[in-house]
Amino acid sequence: MSKHYLEITGVGIEFPQKGGAFRALQNVNLKMQRGEFVSLIGHSGCGKSTVLNIVAGLYDATEGGVILEGREVRGPGPDRAVVFQNHSLMPWLNVHDNVALAVNQVFRKTKSRAERREWIEHNLELVGMAHAAKKLPSEISGGMKQRVGIARCLAMEPKVVLMDEPFGALDALTRARLQDSLMQIQADLGNTVILITHDVDEAVLLSDRIVMMSNGPAATIGDVLDVHLPRPRDRLELAEDPEFVHLRQQVLNFLYGDEVDRSPGARRGTASPEQDESVAIAAPADPAEPAESGEEVFTAVESVHTAKVTKLGPRAA
Amino acid sequence: MTDTAVLAGGAPGERPGRRFTLKLPAIDFAAVAQGMVLPMIGIVLFLMLWQFAANRIDTSLGQFPGPAQVWEQVKGLGEEHVRTREKERAFYQRQEERNAKKLEKNPDAVIKWRSYTGKPTFVDQVLTSLKTVAVGFILANLIAVPLGLLCGLSKSAYQAINPIIQIFKPVSPLAWLPLVTMVVSATYVVDEPAFDKAFLNSAFTVALCCLWPTLINTTVGVAGIDRDLVNVSRVITLPPLVHVRKIVLPAAVPMIFTGMRLSLATGWMVLIAAEMLAQNPGLGKFVWDEFQNGSSNSLGRIMVAVLVIGIVGYLLDRAMLFLQRRISWDKNAVLR
Repeated sequence: MSKHYLEITGVGIEFPQKGGAFRALQNVNLKMQRGEFVSLIGHSGCGKSTVLNIVAGLYDATEGGVILEGREVRGPGPDRAVVFQNHSLMPWLNVHDNVALAVNQVFRKTKSRAERREWIEHNLELVGMAHAAKKLPSEISGGMKQRVGIARCLAMEPKVVLMDEPFGALDALTRARLQDSLMQIQADLGNTVILITHDVDEAVLLSDRIVMMSNGPAATIGDVLDVHLPRPRDRLELAEDPEFVHLRQQVLNFLYGDEVDRSPGARRGTASPEQDESVAIAAPADPAEPAESGEEVFTAVESVHTAKVTKLGPRAA
Repeated sequence: MTDTAVLAGGAPGERPGRRFTLKLPAIDFAAVAQGMVLPMIGIVLFLMLWQFAANRIDTSLGQFPGPAQVWEQVKGLGEEHVRTREKERAFYQRQEERNAKKLEKNPDAVIKWRSYTGKPTFVDQVLTSLKTVAVGFILANLIAVPLGLLCGLSKSAYQAINPIIQIFKPVSPLAWLPLVTMVVSATYVVDEPAFDKAFLNSAFTVALCCLWPTLINTTVGVAGIDRDLVNVSRVITLPPLVHVRKIVLPAAVPMIFTGMRLSLATGWMVLIAAEMLAQNPGLGKFVWDEFQNGSSNSLGRIMVAVLVIGIVGYLLDRAMLFLQRRISWDKNAVLR
């Protein structure tokens, strides 16, 4: 039925409150390809995290739903592992045991004890934390904790990695290092990622697409911006790249402009009936390619790496 | 305060505990002086005040004992304890000899072993009190921790149980004791009782009173678990029982311990009153007996008991604190 890996369709949510329900989200639609890296950006309180929690299954949508690989999401599960903003490591477990908590549950039937231990060590190595396996969370820095959080998430082999402002609480230098690590890991493993962020540079640097959310209440997707910067991306080179600067400007315009930015390149806005479709179209890597075949484009991360720098898809060209 | 120089000379990846560390404690004399001298000054001032006040209080049992008289009683009680122990040893030795002789004469003779029935010494009474409070405390926690878990996990359970907690929490042990006594008398009917009834009465009364701090603190600890940690557990899809064992319990451990410390303190306080009324041969009975006895030594001996009660209570609290430091993961908590 569905050609997409992950589909968020018509999602809205209301929270019960004194004096009537509070509508946090309304008609959120997003389609993602396998291996795609999508950022959700918006002002705080706009419901970005709520979208993520609905995909994770931690919240139940009031209406609409989420389909992952042809199956409706019902409740939380390790196929949609979450990296939480404040790392959320169990303070009484050391680094190794925190990852083991997840691995031993998720792979209790499919991997032997030795395999699981190897898998835990492998994932800690992946994020560069193998040396601190015996340390308690209180003994390591914030950046290291978040690395462990990422290792725990990846160790569950999720279909979608959900990251809720994972670097928000870190200092700029640590954040940059972790972003680079994340880019490297995503390039190697081809994870499908949804990243919640309020950091414009982070969104442009990491994403294939940036989904910009309007302000709540009843927040929804305002605009979607395709990022066709070639991978691997280097933050130093990109800093002066006109394309990068332009993309960055567009996101800033959306976030801080009085009106929703409707400049070319920014996709169509909120209330459009065609919105579903416009969001659904995966941006083609090559502008010459027709958009309909776009679903093939992001199935492998390599194709993103080799993609040329394009001027924001066919509409902008 | 000590300064510690750490020389880390190990290969990376080596276990941290096995690293070669060289500790050079630099003694901070000012801090030591402050840590030792100020409490000393406090104690000396208190003793002076005590002596001063005692000299001015005359009772029907003579003058109120000052520190010196109390010290005499400490020595007296100690000697009494040693004497009684010697008597006891002598008693058993005599009995053994007697029985051996009997057996020599007639190998088929029926031998009677009697246990020593002398008056318990002060040390025995302290030990009895400790045993009683331990039984009451453990009993209370066996009920309070699971019930607290339930109340913390389920809001409905909490709402159902909370009124009962709030009503029984402020009840004095003295109100419970007659009821406990009657119930124990009615239900604990066995031929060879393993426990003394007075002991059970006191222990149950202690349990009823030190139930509440653990119960309330466990509930608060469990209900207050970081939402994100619960969400992690949900994402990992831990089964309910594993969730309780691996997430809820450890997360609530600091609060459970806080509750237990309060419980033990309450229990120790309640115990003395319970023993007085239940005539359980512990510290409470000692105080009561001395009071009834009314000898010229009584006030001094009661004062010894008061001090011992205080010191034992303090040591119990320290022991709990030590346990908490060892077991609880929350090393940053300020523990006083």
